[in-house]
Amino acid sequence: MAAPTPSQTIGPFFHLTLGSAGPARIVGEDHPGATVLSGRVLDGAGDGVNDALVELWDGHHFARCHSESDGGFSFVVAKPAPVDDAQYFAVSVFARGLLGRLVTRCYFPDQAANATDPVLAAVAPDRRATLIAASGSDGLRFDICLQGERETVFFAL
Amino acid sequence: MSKTENEATVSLDPPLAYPDYRSSILRAPSLLPIVLEPGRAERSGPVFGDSSVDPLEYDLTRQTDRAPIGERIVVEGRIVDRDGRPVAGTLVEVWHANAAGRYAHPVDVHTAPLDPGFVGAGRCMTDGGGNYRFVTIKPGAYPWGNHQNAWRPAHIHFSLFGRAFTQRLITQMYFPGDPLMDHDPIFQSVPLAGRPLLVAAFDLDVTKPDWALGFRWDIVLGGYAPTPLEN
Repeated sequence: MAAPTPSQTIGPFFHLTLGSAGPARIVGEDHPGATVLSGRVLDGAGDGVNDALVELWDGHHFARCHSESDGGFSFVVAKPAPVDDAQYFAVSVFARGLLGRLVTRCYFPDQAANATDPVLAAVAPDRRATLIAASGSDGLRFDICLQGERETVFFAL
Repeated sequence: MSKTENEATVSLDPPLAYPDYRSSILRAPSLLPIVLEPGRAERSGPVFGDSSVDPLEYDLTRQTDRAPIGERIVVEGRIVDRDGRPVAGTLVEVWHANAAGRYAHPVDVHTAPLDPGFVGAGRCMTDGGGNYRFVTIKPGAYPWGNHQNAWRPAHIHFSLFGRAFTQRLITQMYFPGDPLMDHDPIFQSVPLAGRPLLVAAFDLDVTKPDWALGFRWDIVLGGYAPTPLEN
């Protein structure tokens, strides 16, 4: 079996091919239960990462969005129908300075199933919140902190 | 896990923390990732139909009303998963600098000239055998601010989806014999055994007489590999 091809950084010029400005629509704005999921990509100094690419995939819908000058990104998503399993987005993050993809999850808040989700349960309690979007008056908020005190939990697949 | 399985899944990815690549200093996570058993979302991925890609997007020499300056090249190869199965019908996206080493992108302020005949972005879908093909011009090397007299070797950026979220890969393809690879921290961040996997091979069979040089570069997507039936 051949070894997998190694990763390299996406670099700062990906907008030529991969760029999509936000809000990136997973569903249309008039979709019932549509809400905005926004956040910032932040570096170890707490500064916005202005050249990141964020991708969301929930098993059915995909969208990608590049970050703006303040590190901000936004998606229009649909609140999931209540089901037994905790609903989440599989998240990919790419940026100049990252030699490979970062993988994380963005769980919808206020789901009873979050309490029994095995992945959330395995994460240290003081880091668990970094995987769950926060509910606010403007919609959902999910920051991606690449490094530092509020560092997001990243996964190895 | 048997030793054979261990060897087969050894990753040759670069470490995220690699201080010689200065941008990584404030961007690489400081904590180790948590091993994740792929869930339902991670074991699947977006499927882009053939209608997503215009038939001419594979040819980066025909994106404007004039031919780009530089050596015309054909770049082709086969994409397989970690079990050696071809990854058919998957989206491949590429971008790169022009022959002078300049990107048609506002962030690039290198003094090398822009080429009105070249945008530098292309896409294609792999065929039933997992094969992809692009026609473009050979990109030039370019200076960057990582350290004094830093130059990126000529390279083409590749983005691949594969059949599942677990296989998603963004990487760079380099050209054989380029002396700059020995001096490039981004290339050098890859463990020694992995570096040849990023270098295309000059291939006379891919060359088109009187028209274009040819390079072959096969890609292996690691990670959990769903069988085609699972999609």
